[in-house]
Amino acid sequence: MSFSAILLLATLEGLVTAAMLALMALGLSLVFGVMRVVNVAHGEFFMLGAILAWAVTTAIGGHPALGFVAALIVAPLLVGGVALASERLVLRRLQYEPEATIVATIGMLYIIQQVALTFYGPDARPVVAPFTWRVTLPWFGYSGYKLAVIGFSIVMLIATWLVLTRTKAGLVMRATQYDRETAQSFGIPVDRVYAWVFALGAMLAAVAAVLIVPIQQAHYLMGHDPLLLSFIVVIIGGLGSLRGTLVAALLIGLSDGIISVFFSPTLAKIVATAIVALVLVFRPQGLFGAKQR
Amino acid sequence: MRPGNADKRVILLHLAVVAALFLLQFVLPTYHHGVFARVMVLAVFAMGYNIVFGYTGLLSLGHAMFFCAGLYGAGLTVYHLDWAVPPAFLAGLVSGLVLAVGVGVLALRTTGVAFLIVTLMFGQIFYLLTLYFAEYTRGDDGIVLSQAMRRIHLGDTVVDLTNPATRYLVAWALFSIVLFVTLALVRRPFGRVLIAIRENEERTRLLGYDTFVSKLAAMAVSGVICAAAGAAYALLFGYAGASFAEVHFSILPLLWVLVGGAATVLGPILGTLLMFYLVDFSNDLLNAYFQGWNLSYLGVVGVALVLLILFFPKGLLGTVRERWVKWLP
Amino acid sequence: MAAVKPLLATEGLGRHFGGLKAVDGVDFSLNEGEIRAIIGPNGAGKTTFVSLVCGRVAAGFGRIVFGGQDITNRPPHQRTRDGIAYTFQITSVYLNLSAYDNVALAAQRQAGSASTLETEVMAALTAVGLADRSEELARNLSYGHQRLLEIAMGLALKPRLLILDEPTQGLSDAEITGFMALVRQIAANATVLLIEHNMHVVMELAERITVMNAGRILAEGTPDEIRANAAVQAAYLGTGTDG
Repeated sequence: MSFSAILLLATLEGLVTAAMLALMALGLSLVFGVMRVVNVAHGEFFMLGAILAWAVTTAIGGHPALGFVAALIVAPLLVGGVALASERLVLRRLQYEPEATIVATIGMLYIIQQVALTFYGPDARPVVAPFTWRVTLPWFGYSGYKLAVIGFSIVMLIATWLVLTRTKAGLVMRATQYDRETAQSFGIPVDRVYAWVFALGAMLAAVAAVLIVPIQQAHYLMGHDPLLLSFIVVIIGGLGSLRGTLVAALLIGLSDGIISVFFSPTLAKIVATAIVALVLVFRPQGLFGAKQR
Repeated sequence: MRPGNADKRVILLHLAVVAALFLLQFVLPTYHHGVFARVMVLAVFAMGYNIVFGYTGLLSLGHAMFFCAGLYGAGLTVYHLDWAVPPAFLAGLVSGLVLAVGVGVLALRTTGVAFLIVTLMFGQIFYLLTLYFAEYTRGDDGIVLSQAMRRIHLGDTVVDLTNPATRYLVAWALFSIVLFVTLALVRRPFGRVLIAIRENEERTRLLGYDTFVSKLAAMAVSGVICAAAGAAYALLFGYAGASFAEVHFSILPLLWVLVGGAATVLGPILGTLLMFYLVDFSNDLLNAYFQGWNLSYLGVVGVALVLLILFFPKGLLGTVRERWVKWLP
Repeated sequence: MAAVKPLLATEGLGRHFGGLKAVDGVDFSLNEGEIRAIIGPNGAGKTTFVSLVCGRVAAGFGRIVFGGQDITNRPPHQRTRDGIAYTFQITSVYLNLSAYDNVALAAQRQAGSASTLETEVMAALTAVGLADRSEELARNLSYGHQRLLEIAMGLALKPRLLILDEPTQGLSDAEITGFMALVRQIAANATVLLIEHNMHVVMELAERITVMNAGRILAEGTPDEIRANAAVQAAYLGTGTDG
């Protein structure tokens, strides 16, 4: 293949990564923006989504598309439920104090991993894609499913954006993010908003996982790398900034894809992590975030 | 705390702990003998972390890199450069110091959550670098130091670090030294400043303290102590592998310190010891009753962290200090 | 009268926060040994002004000269070492430390040895009347005592200029009387700059008063001059009877 063909291939791969990252990072960013909570267990919600997707698709026989659609509905709902439970039982009791919350979410990370290990086991298992349509480009064939993932993610992102900016629920969320006390004095049930936002964040991660699991395999440790990448995206884009998250996801996803093709993936990760650390050190508001009030 | 009789009590208490640990080596059965040696070295790691997290109030998630600076500083010089044990140990210490100051200068420009993420990132970079330079570090497989490499030649006598009795003594000596260094540090004006920074940094600045320099000093001390633990680990137990640089190994000292009691001098050893045996015990118990459930330390660590932060944020000795023994440092 | 170089002088000092002109070009001068009060309505910029002086808030424009040196760009910890001590409007003692440890933090930088430190700390605590509570945790002290602890910390810094930000807020009448005696004692060794709303305290203690309004100095003078000043009355004091 010619160089430009390889580049195109790398770009497409990068777009798939970017799509998944955008959804995941969006969840993380929402949670931090509204609740000021860093959820270290966010990657585990992702992993849970993948594992549940495997469970659902395996349970429902017949055409893979059936199981997949079922998984797309069931997995996020279940993961949202887990998130809601942990928010009520643990995070609320800690009154969302930053340091305590982080320690608690680290604990949750381990617990969820253990549960996955116990019920799913240490193996990686594949999930069949809902359809195996191949797009034939002039230079190479490409999985139609991957293109569908990109498309679906864009739809999900637009939907989330619409919810946030055009619906009352979205307005309530943004008001709580902007000024918690004022929101409370306007009668907004801040506690319930927090619970729903936390669940929503987890559900977005789960959706990303269901989409990605036919491409990767489901494994109990698969939450680690996407978590770090999501952190990177959220920091570069600016914690709490929607637009920033999207742009950063695109940047990181594309560069990860392209650099990994041409250089060693380890080196790519080193460079990405170093850039993030330095951005946070010298420009803590990221590229788009507003300086803290 | 106004100086007074408490001083004598404090020193006696810590001497008693140190003496007890010394005497234990004569009564412990073989398995536990080895565990205690390992625990004492890891407790040094926890004590180093306690200075930054417990006393200064900085939640770092990258401290594994300081342990590994010592681990590889000693391990690589012995393995590739044929260095003797004492200079290798020093190499470990110096590596820890340089890394701590370098990381500190950058990371301390941030606070709170940002600091956490920056240290997490730097820790990740360190881990990735150990993999990238697998040619020297052998990555996850790690390097094994042979018995011959771990002997100290003092004139005619040979001190063999692979001998369990010697190993215990050396671990004990390191632990005791670091324990008293930490004790001295936190009871000095410097220790008070760190606590003040943790409680209210702006106020501390307006009392005339350059808080950046103080925090950097805390990082430096912490880095050297953690590196000492790492170097000792490599030389005493003969292994240096990339798994020690993973995030998990940065979370463990957090857990040990929280269990024992953050910002207490004896908390780290108590926490490390307890968690070791808790994981061990629950592993055996759970695997006896629930075979095939793949139960591992993961669940225990997770549940411990959540329960601790919800119900016992001050840990064991922290609660003891608050309720009964107010003079406990 | 010979011209005395002021201890503290600001030239056109100011800071804006977005559209809010918190402090808008203040020329201020304070001589060594004075007891000066700054008064003015809420939002006049009094706390922001002293925060600019002690370094809590960075200056937007203008100059600050202390002891003949330009300190405009000096970090706050350096200014404390130069001799400026600030006690917070909202009590900022270390709640989880004992009264002794609180004051020790203020004193230990300058104390030569451990025994000197003990002497200095007990002296400061005795001066404010908290010597018998030295081992109590600051959070267990009454609000009034916490305010006194703040002042003890300020004293222990051995400052040239002690800035007190609304020190009598929340104190009982008896505590206020004790406080005034304390300030007169302090003023023997240090210059005192005091932000106050309590007019009784201001009129009793202050040798000169500076009135601020909307980020600027409205008037300056002796208590009698200020009392008689029509502009001040209109803006702040109210006409006629005393407060």
